[in-house]
Amino acid sequence: MSKPLIEARGVSRVYADADGGGVEALLDVSLEISKGEFVSLIGPSGCGKTTLLRLIAGLDEPQRGEALLDGVKIEGPSSERGYVFQHVNLFPWFTVEQNIAAGLKARGVYKERKDDVKAFVRLAGLEGFEKSYPHQISGGMAQRASLARALINDPKVLLLDEPLGALDSFTRFALQDIILDLWEKRGATMIFVTHDVDEAIYLSDRVVIMTPRPGRISEIIDVGFERPRHRNDAGFMKLRASILEKLNLVGERKAPEYFL
Amino acid sequence: MSLLNTPFWEVFLASFDPAAWKSLVPAIWETLYMVGITCVITLVGGVILGLILTVTNTFGLLPIVWLNRSLSAVVNCLRSLPQMIMIILMIPVARMILGKAYGVNACIIALAASCIPMFARLVESSLLEIEKGKVDAAKAMGSSSFQIIFRIMIPETLPSLIRGFTVAIIAVISMTALAGNFGAGGIGDIAVRFGFQRFQHEVLFAAVYVLVALVQLVQFAGDAASKILLKKRHLI
Ligand SMILES: Nc1ncnc2c1ncn2[C@@H]1O[C@H](COP(=O)(O)OP(=O)(O)OP(=O)(O)O)[C@@H](O)[C@H]1O
Ligand SMILES: [Mg+2]
Repeated sequence: MSKPLIEARGVSRVYADADGGGVEALLDVSLEISKGEFVSLIGPSGCGKTTLLRLIAGLDEPQRGEALLDGVKIEGPSSERGYVFQHVNLFPWFTVEQNIAAGLKARGVYKERKDDVKAFVRLAGLEGFEKSYPHQISGGMAQRASLARALINDPKVLLLDEPLGALDSFTRFALQDIILDLWEKRGATMIFVTHDVDEAIYLSDRVVIMTPRPGRISEIIDVGFERPRHRNDAGFMKLRASILEKLNLVGERKAPEYFL
Repeated sequence: MSLLNTPFWEVFLASFDPAAWKSLVPAIWETLYMVGITCVITLVGGVILGLILTVTNTFGLLPIVWLNRSLSAVVNCLRSLPQMIMIILMIPVARMILGKAYGVNACIIALAASCIPMFARLVESSLLEIEKGKVDAAKAMGSSSFQIIFRIMIPETLPSLIRGFTVAIIAVISMTALAGNFGAGGIGDIAVRFGFQRFQHEVLFAAVYVLVALVQLVQFAGDAASKILLKKRHLI
């Protein structure tokens, strides 16, 4: 492997919890991701996926260890690291078009790149909805808009935090292909958080399996399959079974850890 | 015409007579002038102070804890003074700045000193309610702190800032009436001079109508403006 584009070196992050103790959201996590790679993070709720993504984005700082981009320590957010949030996070006072253009305006390049906004609206399949407000469009459309909003900055890395989590499976499959398409065309490195094993295998070069309390990487799996991939291939199914097993999601039915 | 020797009904009717309004009308203009200028000063000062209070707090965009603490202490001091005491306190200040200690402009200083801290707290509480995710989204796309303040925080909280400003304007109106006693003129002055000292209760009535109408108007305009914004965002 060549020099990694993104590197986490022994990052740890502890959050104070309500009764004065600490939650080890991440403990001594190290991960290397090379340029152009598509990596998925998968694991049960609370295993620190969002925390890791936020550290790479520069939105939070690790208490120990460091995250690096191109060998340089990440010390704050920047437009070279795009972020698509777990909860759709469009600005409600902007139209779809203004939301997509927000990154260009933030960097002061809106005038030169005005035409790009149209191109990204088209890319996200939102023609005809340019002037709509976020509350007037569907969840899938909103997620496409936030994808476009993050991509318009031409980030070196795109951090996607369960972008498809809240969508129905039709929209989900369609968006998975859109994301793959974007990835192949634009060559951005992708770090993709998901709860869905199929999605992880379908999309990624590598699947990073994480475990909670403390948040750690338990295993990294290379998905060697040719693209385009088929969800019903024997190899696909086998890999899915083995990942599910690693996540303790198959086999005997266990007593639930918590009740509602 | 006094309520002491005239039936209520007659005083009430007389309060619509042009005679009752003769001295009131110029006073309305004085009041509007004072309220207008004070509101502009309060708006600018309050937004700036409220922004500084918000962004410098420990979890803020640019945490400067000592500045936050000292400003907060000053604001609390100013807010703990009853408005009448503030007016009296500001008399020497007005003399220092304007060369005279009475009149409309002198009172504006007292009004601003009392209303800026109040509005600043309202601005602060609106801005603190901003959803953290929106600020994160803006940071992640490379926005500067300055852009986050003016392109995210203020637009996001605009409906609630407008409601806060409505409250502030109404406070200014009521304090302006009080300032009338201290040589500022205006509706409050008329109400005291005619209604209290000369027992011309029909003038007092007329003054009350004007104040009520003014407050209603402001509240209505404020509600409408914030409603339009919320509607546009489909939040109501
Ligand atoms: N701001 C915070 N304050 C306190 N605790 C936090 C905070 N953010 C996360 N945590 C805790 O850190 C742990 C990891 O959280 P994180 O959001 O990274 O999980 P996740 O893997 O993204 O989960 P999910 O799949 O449910 O989104 C959790 O136990 C959570 O309670
Ligand atoms: Mg998460």
